Amino acid sequence: MTNETVLDVKDLKTYFYLDDNQVAKAVDDVDLTVRAGETVALVGESGSGKSITSLSIMQLINKPGKIVNGEISLLGRNLLELTDKQMTKVRGNDVAMIFQEPMTALNPVYTVGNQIMEVLRKHKNMSKKQARQRAIDLLKLVGFPRAEETVNEYPHQLSGGMRQRAMIAIAISCDPKLLIADEPTTALDVTIQAQILDLMSEMKDRLDMGLLLITHDLGVVAEYADRVLVMYGGQIVEQAPKRHLFKDPKHPYTEGLLESLPSVHKEEERLGTIKGTVPPAHKFPKGCRFSSRCPHAMEKCFETNPELMDLDHERAVRCYLYTED
Amino acid sequence: MATVDEKQVVQTDQETIVKVEDLKKYFPIKGGILKRTIGHVKAVDGVTFDIKKGETLGIVGESGSGKSTLGRMILRLLEPTEGKILFQENDITHLKNHKMRPIRKDMQIIFQDPFASLNTKMSVEQLIEEPLLIQTNMTKKERKEKVKELLEKVGLRASDRLKYPHEFSGGQRQRISIARALAINPKFVIADEAVSALDVSIQAQVLNLMSDLQEDFGLTYLFISHDLSVVKHISDRVGVMYLGRLAEIAPKKDIYENPLHPYTQALLSSIPDTDVDRERETVHLEGDLPSPSNPPSGCAFRTRCPMAHERCAVDRPELQHMGEGHYVACHLYDE
Repeated sequence: MTNETVLDVKDLKTYFYLDDNQVAKAVDDVDLTVRAGETVALVGESGSGKSITSLSIMQLINKPGKIVNGEISLLGRNLLELTDKQMTKVRGNDVAMIFQEPMTALNPVYTVGNQIMEVLRKHKNMSKKQARQRAIDLLKLVGFPRAEETVNEYPHQLSGGMRQRAMIAIAISCDPKLLIADEPTTALDVTIQAQILDLMSEMKDRLDMGLLLITHDLGVVAEYADRVLVMYGGQIVEQAPKRHLFKDPKHPYTEGLLESLPSVHKEEERLGTIKGTVPPAHKFPKGCRFSSRCPHAMEKCFETNPELMDLDHERAVRCYLYTED
Repeated sequence: MATVDEKQVVQTDQETIVKVEDLKKYFPIKGGILKRTIGHVKAVDGVTFDIKKGETLGIVGESGSGKSTLGRMILRLLEPTEGKILFQENDITHLKNHKMRPIRKDMQIIFQDPFASLNTKMSVEQLIEEPLLIQTNMTKKERKEKVKELLEKVGLRASDRLKYPHEFSGGQRQRISIARALAINPKFVIADEAVSALDVSIQAQVLNLMSDLQEDFGLTYLFISHDLSVVKHISDRVGVMYLGRLAEIAPKKDIYENPLHPYTQALLSSIPDTDVDRERETVHLEGDLPSPSNPPSGCAFRTRCPMAHERCAVDRPELQHMGEGHYVACHLYDE
């Protein structure tokens, strides 16, 4: 492991400008770093802004959305300053992405082999023959026993788990430094999920990539992440090494999430709940965005939104319960 | 066959409400120019169990295991190919629609996707009122009162009744589905992946609500889900399905603490765990679920089973009783 910082995002703001002059602050002041060989999990419920964060990094935000502020530096280069053409070279090459639904992410009219070769020919200038051989090697690497045949097969001929393996093969084809996986196993059964997550971990170690894992599943986080960022209302509300987060959650939202999770190893009579629902991104409350659902909310929580404050060099939390005064 | 009245006289705590015997559902595969049947998808292939009054039976399985088909057959939303369904000791397997209707009052279903299962053009009041219109003789005023009462029971406001489904979040819509299912005081409710589409914090709210309602209304649940943690939380007994058959069925504690079937063991060890300190031995399964149109001979699980031996390819294991209500279908436990 080299431990170099692969991705460094600072003050990222991605807003959506809605028809009626309202602004949805989908991502609002997000800082995150991913180092080589490290798995960083971005967790949150639907509407927390985790997917928009990942799409912002890839610069795949379409109108009415816009990255309004921030710096996204990949291997020291600020991606926001690149032209579209330069960015096309970065995508799939330095940074690759895996999505939740492999059937919609793969093109149904091209063979699996063609889709891997396309990336290799575009980014690596390989000949057809070289690209085909490399595609077969990659398919073998991600666990296709009959790679020579699979290379000629279409996505519909593969099962869900196998399609996700093919996606991984495409993603790692150019040895990216950063792999973004957005809910990569949410559509898969548990036994297949375990296979895919193991494969991703293995590839991460082998290629010394940084892995940004976006998920709503705290179980997956506990098993595969090194560091965890918890998102709520477009902001990071807590940041901690995995162990600390699960053993000693600080933010009332993290605490609530962990309590509401049924477990196969615990016996719980009643699940803890967080009252209410996530406010929509154009109607965040004044003050702390979690205040309306927080059991510990104080007067000032309804007035001003707390900053993300460092507790020590590896932990940070956005909550007034941890401020001095 | 006992009539409904006789049955109420002999009511005991352990009364069986639903009994399923060797239930099968084969879907034909059509092919060729003449669209002849060229094979069958054996979605459910010989399932037997019963559900006691007031309990929650959880059914877990991966996609394609037949768990939803099973639920739909019990409600007669799908016609079984073979086998028997008894509801409150009445054989309902072949009842005609008009005879089924009064029985449907006692059985309801909650589906996974509250976006697809609620008619978007009906207000909440109309949605919840509909079953009351069909199944009861209530006056308009009584119905309106009942709707308000139900909305409050499921944690919504009575004033919400004039809104439409799109005005609610996923969790709230699922509450509407629950109110609708409970409107006519059913005895038996099937929840088919009822909380799978919800975020964890909302999922917990709905699960707690379902437990409360079970107590208030004396409901019996068949809780179908792919999520073993959720099933463990809500169930009294759990059945594990694989390729259309029950691999194992037992009281909850036994299934989770002492799983006997290699599939149950693998399934449990595949669940990512939030306990970061627990040492775990993982038995990760190789390969995919075989196609239900062409299941392996003998035991359907043998192609992925780490313990498979010769006999597994030949004989199909039947459920055998291992004591205390724990049944397993596996040759490892043959005498």
